[in-house]
Amino acid sequence: MIDQRHDTLDHTPRCGDGRAPDPLVPAGWLPMREYGEDEVDFVIVGTGAGGAPLAAKLAEQGFSVIAMDAGAFFRPLEDFASDEMHQRKLYWTDDRLVDGDNPLQLGANNSGKAVGGSTIHFAMVSLRFRPEHFASRSKLGYGVDWPIDWREMWRYYEEVERMLHISGPVRYPWGPKRPRYPLRVHPMNAGAQYLARGAKALGIDWTETPIATLSTPIGKAHPCVYRGFCVTGCSTNAKQSALVTWIPRAIRAGAEIRDLAMVGRIETDASGRATGVHYHRADAWHFQKARHVVAAGYAIETPRLLLNSANAAQPDGLANSSGLVGRNLMVQLNQAAWGEVDKEVRAYKGPPSLAISEHWNYTDAGKDYLGGWTYMSQGPLPAQWARTLARTRGLWGQALVDEMNRANHTVGLKMVGEVLPNEANRVTLADETDQYGLRIPRVTFSYSDNEKRMMRHAVAFMKQSLEATGARDTWDQMDDTCHLGGTARMGRNAATSVVDADGRSWDVPNLWVCDGSVFPTVGGVNPSLTIQALACRTADRIGALARRGEL
Amino acid sequence: MADRYPDYDVLAKWDSPSFNDKTREILHARMKLLPRSKHLGEARVATLARLVQRVTPQPEGRAPANTLALVIAKIDADAGDGFRPAGLPRVRAAWQCALDAINAEAREGHGAAFADISDAQADVLLKALSEGQLHGAAWGNLDARTFWSWRLIPDLVSAHWAHPSLWSAMGFGGPASPRGYLRQQAGYRDPWEAEWEHA
Repeated sequence: MIDQRHDTLDHTPRCGDGRAPDPLVPAGWLPMREYGEDEVDFVIVGTGAGGAPLAAKLAEQGFSVIAMDAGAFFRPLEDFASDEMHQRKLYWTDDRLVDGDNPLQLGANNSGKAVGGSTIHFAMVSLRFRPEHFASRSKLGYGVDWPIDWREMWRYYEEVERMLHISGPVRYPWGPKRPRYPLRVHPMNAGAQYLARGAKALGIDWTETPIATLSTPIGKAHPCVYRGFCVTGCSTNAKQSALVTWIPRAIRAGAEIRDLAMVGRIETDASGRATGVHYHRADAWHFQKARHVVAAGYAIETPRLLLNSANAAQPDGLANSSGLVGRNLMVQLNQAAWGEVDKEVRAYKGPPSLAISEHWNYTDAGKDYLGGWTYMSQGPLPAQWARTLARTRGLWGQALVDEMNRANHTVGLKMVGEVLPNEANRVTLADETDQYGLRIPRVTFSYSDNEKRMMRHAVAFMKQSLEATGARDTWDQMDDTCHLGGTARMGRNAATSVVDADGRSWDVPNLWVCDGSVFPTVGGVNPSLTIQALACRTADRIGALARRGEL
Repeated sequence: MADRYPDYDVLAKWDSPSFNDKTREILHARMKLLPRSKHLGEARVATLARLVQRVTPQPEGRAPANTLALVIAKIDADAGDGFRPAGLPRVRAAWQCALDAINAEAREGHGAAFADISDAQADVLLKALSEGQLHGAAWGNLDARTFWSWRLIPDLVSAHWAHPSLWSAMGFGGPASPRGYLRQQAGYRDPWEAEWEHA
């Protein structure tokens, strides 16, 4: 009846009978190997930025792999509408409670539910961490160091940038030398032009954003047509989501994808090793045996799964001897400044963030806070913009309609800012259960004073940039956050982390985590490229351990 | 503020390359949806209709949006957004309680149903609601201000700006697949975009 929730895809798996959808061809299929419920080498829970590359690269090494996702397997060319409301089908809309001083907005904001995960609706901004942000404790005096050296990550970033055909500038203004991006930059839209003019006026560097949408045809995919609906899913397949890149590669290498499969619990034996997963698919619970289990459900579903898998021997949750599962939940600050200009901006055109400045990621002086941030141009769609105006400025009634009708002259800049790890920000289990009978997550988050100082600086700076380009009537959007991280952090020892640098649990040797929840710190850039780089590294490390007989 | 795009209609592009089949299919179903509820009952629907009228006014001189029908559909489906503040019930239960409470506030203050009080009275009541100043017994454990900012406002404005009339009024390009845009620079537009009419 209504297109809000009960799409038929919600109930009917498409993967099976030896085939999976070809996401690049209407009504197309790819032959797919199936393993039944026989024991496989790896079952991966989640097919987003972490699970999808891992599935591909493990299958290519000859491991038997099943990757499950709670969401549907879409063919964007025929399944995606140019419409915010209909595309809610991409988001994780199951119940979650939010609390703390600054309850988070989840769902469309940062949580996907589809084969391909949140990469189906991400804004495609593909940035490398500043090298020092992998060692912020020892280099910059805050947070905690990653157990991985930035130079190793640099190699994996290059691998992912090639795989996703990232379009980016010839010369990147910040950080150590990096190779040229695989594809040329996209032409800038109006929002990007205003960012560039503002940065020039303020005397800082800016650049075209390295972005995961094609600027030239590749294989069956056309280049980006600048339709602007990026965050509601790309219907032309220019966006290099996991769905159109890693997933077909995984299937071709012999991995099985199980769509609409909600994993509720990881089973363990008397010795404490994982034996497989209980999952719900096609209206029934099933059990999949596996020699290794990988949680790749991102920073809320991964700790939720580990906590929901508690047993007599591990009563506080699986892999939780440190007590850190669910703790150190981080988001990224997403505050903005907006203003009105004479020329028409029409921010609905093109990828929303085509220009960027990382100046305040790479500059430590002149700050009264710790951590870094970047800022980028913006392009909100109508319903999202209406919610922003209503929420931030308290507009409703005719005042809201009037302000909406000025949208084509509105220009904005938004930050992606580093939130520091804080054990009090966390994911726990609520008493309520969801449609599968599983306890739902409770997500608790409060800003610290450090974050409040960072957002004040960032918003004042972005406003200055807008005003330097002639924007009038500028205003702040002080209440917004974006990407998630933390909750199953990696580290150098079992007391202070959940997994090691390879993503392997300290407590359960055949349980792994491969997603943004392993981030010890989140840095000041969008996380998707780093999650994928880490997944590539984990795949290589698993191969190396297997060759040494240490798996 | 007057409509600056009076000659522009997103739906005029229905048969153009800006609309793909999926978009036509879902917009067709959406625009013909009627405001019928299995779960709210007449009095609550009347209260909701008045809320929609005051919070999300219809665009002048354009086909009216069926915002009420979309909000009812969301409530009937109990379709959440993937997060709600601890203490706020699920979508349907929260709306049922709040619609009763808003109506009770109107009866308490004006001796009439919310649907029947004047526009000015309704707006004063809504302003109080938005500022968290309503505490009548009918609210029970529901925090009125939380309901306003986490349920009422997002549900109403998301439904309202899901209608092509609202897109046309603001000069939004509307559906854009497979054809997107060529001219993205400030001050430029493609022939299939709205033209700003100077007052």
